[in-house]
Amino acid sequence: MANLKKLLAGAMALCMAGAMFASCGPEESKNDSKSGNTNAGTNDNKGGEEGGNEGGNEGGDAAGDLKEEKLPNIPQNVEGSDASKKVLKIYTWNDEFKSRLRAFYPEYDAEKSGYSIGADGADVVGEHEYLKDGTEIVWVTTPSADNAYQNKLDEDLAKQADSDDKIDMFLIEADYALKYVNGPYVKPVTDLGLTDADLADQYQYTKDIVTDSNGVLEGVSWQATPGLFAYRRDIAKEVLGTDDPTEVQAQLSDWDKFNEVAKKMKDAGYFMLSGYDDAYRTFSNNVSHAWVNSNYEIVVDDNLMKWVDQTKDYTDNGYNNGTSLWDDQWNADQSSAGKVFGFFYSTWGINFTLAGNAGDELQGQYAVCEGPQAYYWGGTWICAADGTDNPDTVADIMKALTCNKDIMLDITKKTQDYTNNKSAMEELAKDFSSEFLGGQNHIALFTAAAPNIDASKAGPYDQGLNESFQAAFKDYFLGSVDKETALQNFYKAAQEKYPDLKVAK
Amino acid sequence: MKHKSISYAKWGYIFIIPFFVAFILFNLIPLVSTFYNSLFENYKGRGGLVQVGPNFIGLDNFRTMFAPETELGKYFGNTFVLWILGFIPQIFFSLLFASWFTDLRMKLKTGAYKVIFYLPNVIMAAAMGMLFYTMFAQNGPINSIYMSITGKDSPYMFFDNVWSQRSVIAIINFLMWYGNTTIMLMAAINGVDPSLYESAQIDGATPSQTFWKITLPLIRPILLYVLITSLIGGLQMYDVPQIITKNGEQVQRTSMTVVMYLQKHLYSKNYGMAGALSVILFVVAAVLSLIVFYVTTEREPKKKVKKGGIK
Repeated sequence: MANLKKLLAGAMALCMAGAMFASCGPEESKNDSKSGNTNAGTNDNKGGEEGGNEGGNEGGDAAGDLKEEKLPNIPQNVEGSDASKKVLKIYTWNDEFKSRLRAFYPEYDAEKSGYSIGADGADVVGEHEYLKDGTEIVWVTTPSADNAYQNKLDEDLAKQADSDDKIDMFLIEADYALKYVNGPYVKPVTDLGLTDADLADQYQYTKDIVTDSNGVLEGVSWQATPGLFAYRRDIAKEVLGTDDPTEVQAQLSDWDKFNEVAKKMKDAGYFMLSGYDDAYRTFSNNVSHAWVNSNYEIVVDDNLMKWVDQTKDYTDNGYNNGTSLWDDQWNADQSSAGKVFGFFYSTWGINFTLAGNAGDELQGQYAVCEGPQAYYWGGTWICAADGTDNPDTVADIMKALTCNKDIMLDITKKTQDYTNNKSAMEELAKDFSSEFLGGQNHIALFTAAAPNIDASKAGPYDQGLNESFQAAFKDYFLGSVDKETALQNFYKAAQEKYPDLKVAK
Repeated sequence: MKHKSISYAKWGYIFIIPFFVAFILFNLIPLVSTFYNSLFENYKGRGGLVQVGPNFIGLDNFRTMFAPETELGKYFGNTFVLWILGFIPQIFFSLLFASWFTDLRMKLKTGAYKVIFYLPNVIMAAAMGMLFYTMFAQNGPINSIYMSITGKDSPYMFFDNVWSQRSVIAIINFLMWYGNTTIMLMAAINGVDPSLYESAQIDGATPSQTFWKITLPLIRPILLYVLITSLIGGLQMYDVPQIITKNGEQVQRTSMTVVMYLQKHLYSKNYGMAGALSVILFVVAAVLSLIVFYVTTEREPKKKVKKGGIK
C-alpha cells in the first residue's frame, strides 16, 4: 500500500511538473510569434513618432496633430474555404445597418430570409438570412459598451490572414474610424471597384474621416450626420414668445445668446439642457487641434475647457437637470413629462432617439434650428475586411446603399435618416415636411449644415478619450473636486485605457 | 497484509484525479502564467491594433502599481469599506435569525423563511445591481417617495454622493449574502450539544445568557470561517459596484474596488499591469486563506478531545 501510495504520488507530481512544462512550451512559441508582430509594431510606432517629429519641427516647437502612418496590409496566408465563400460575415454593434440592408438592398432575399417588420417596428427574420444569389448573411453583433465591439473586432481581424473563415465586412463609428482606416485590416474601396464617379455625390467629410495616411479611401457611409438643436415648441412659445425656427435660431445664434436664453428658461421653471454632456459635441467638433499630437501626447483643447466652464456654470445655476447621456432620466426629459427646452442632436438622433422618446404626446411638438455652432455627431461607415472572399458582393452592397441615388432617396423618405447623397438631399430639401417636427423641413437645415462639417480633427483615440473626459469632469460639475484634480483624473484614466499615450508637459 | 484495502485506496486516488486535472488546467496554469505575465510590458497599442511587447521589464509593473500616484491603497480601502458596510448588518441579522430559528422554545417553522432569505442570492449579482440602480435612480421609485415625503422638488442624487452610493452597494451585498450566512450559522448552532442548553435553562439561564455564553463561544470557529470567506469574497467584489457606479468613475472613484481597477487595464489588454495587480491580489487572498486554514485545523483536535471525553 505504501508503495502504491508513493507510486501514485510520484505520478501525480510528474503530471504537475509535466503540465507546467507543457504550459511553458506553448507559452514560449506564443511569445515567439507575438514578438514577431511586436517588433513590427514597435518599429512602426517608432516610424510614426519620427515622422511626427519631423512634421512637428517644420511647424515650430509645438507638435502637430497625430498623423499615424497606415500600417501595411497583412498578406493572406490562407484562402477562404468554400463554405466561407458562401457566407457573408458582417461585424456590427447594433441593428441599424441590419435594418437598412434588409429593407433597401435589392439583392436581399426577403422571402427566403423570412423578413418582415413586426408590430413594434422591429425587424422579424428567420433563423438564416440570404441574398438572392444564395449567399448566407451571418451577423456577428457585439455591443459597443466598454469597448467590447472593438476588442472582438481586433481579436478576430488579427486572425483573418490565417483563417479560412473570412470576415467580409465590418462597421465602424466616427470616434474610432481612423484606428481601422490606418490599420492593416481594411481593403480599400477603390480595390473593390468603386470609382470616383460612384462616390462623387457623397459629402466630402464622410470621405475625409475614412481616408488613410496615403490618401486612399477605406470605407463608405450611407449617412451624413450634421447636428442641430432640437427644442420644444410649447416651451419656446411660453418663454421666448415664438416657436418659429428662424426666430428661435436668432435668439440662439451664439453662445452668449444661448446663455441668456438659458437664464430665461431657468426663471420660467425650465431647464435649458438635460445633462452635462448634451453640448459636448458642439465643442469637441470645433477644436483647434486633435486629441493626440504627433508625440503621442494627450492635448486638451481650449475649446473643451470652454465646455467644462460652461457646463459648470449651467450646473451651478441650475440650467441643466444633472443627467448623463443615455440615462433613464435623460430619456425621460425628452418626453412630455420633461422640463427641458432642447437637445443637441444629429440626424439619427432626431428621427430615431428623440422621436422614440417623445412619444405620441409630443408628436409635432419639437422643432429644430442650427443652434450656436455647427457640429456633427456619430455616423457609421462600412469597411470591407481585407481578405474578404466575397469582394463583389461587398462592393455591390456599398454601391447600392451608399452610391445609388434612388435607394438613398428611398431611405430618407421612409426612415427620415439623412443619407449621404448631396443631389438627392438637395432635391428632397425643396419640399420636405416632417410630421414629427410639426411640418418643418429639417432636411433643408441639414443640407445647409452638412457641407460645413469639418472632421479633420478626428483621431483614432477619440472614443475612449471623450468618455474619460466626460466622466472625469462630472466630479467637477458636482463639486467634489476642483478643475485641476479633475484634469489629472482624466489623464490617469486615459493612460489606463491607452498605455502608449503620454501627457503633454 | 490487507490486500483489499490496497485496491480501495487505488480507487480513491483515481477518483480525485479529475479534481487535480481541473485544478492544474484552470487554476495552476493560469496562476503561473499570471506571475510570468506580470514581468512583461505587454499591451495593445494604437487603440488595440498593434501588439506592444511582451518585453521583459522585471518588476517595473509592480513599481508602477505601488507608486503613490497609482493610489492602489485607495482601491483596497474602497473594497474594504464596501465590504465592511455590508458585512456588519449581514452578520448581525444572520446571528439574530439563526439564533431565533434554532431556538427550540420559539418553535418556529423555518423552512419557508430559509428559502425566502436565500432567494436574493439566487438572483445574478448584475441583475440585483440593475434593479437597485433603477430603484435609486434620479427618476426611480425611491426618489419619488423621497420627494413626496419631504416635499422637495428635486430628487436626491444617490449615485452622485460618496456615502449614499456606497450605502446602496452595501445594501445589495447585505441582501444577497445574509441568507447564506444565516443558513451556515444555523448549521453551526444545530451542531451545539442541546444538553448544554437544557442544563443551562435548568440552572435558570436567560435566552440572552445562553446566546452569549454558550452559542457564541461554541460557533466561534464557524464565525471566523464566515468572516474570512466573506472577506475573500469581498476582495473580489466586482459586478455590483461596477453597475451601480457605471464603471467606477463616479464620485472620484470612491467606490472602485480592486477588481474594477484591474478591469481598467484590460481595455487595452494590458496583461503586464493586470498581471501585476492580480499577483498582489493573490498574495492578499493567500494570506487570508492561510488564516482560514489555521482556524479550521484548530477545530479538529478540540473535537477529538471532546469525543474522547464523552466516551
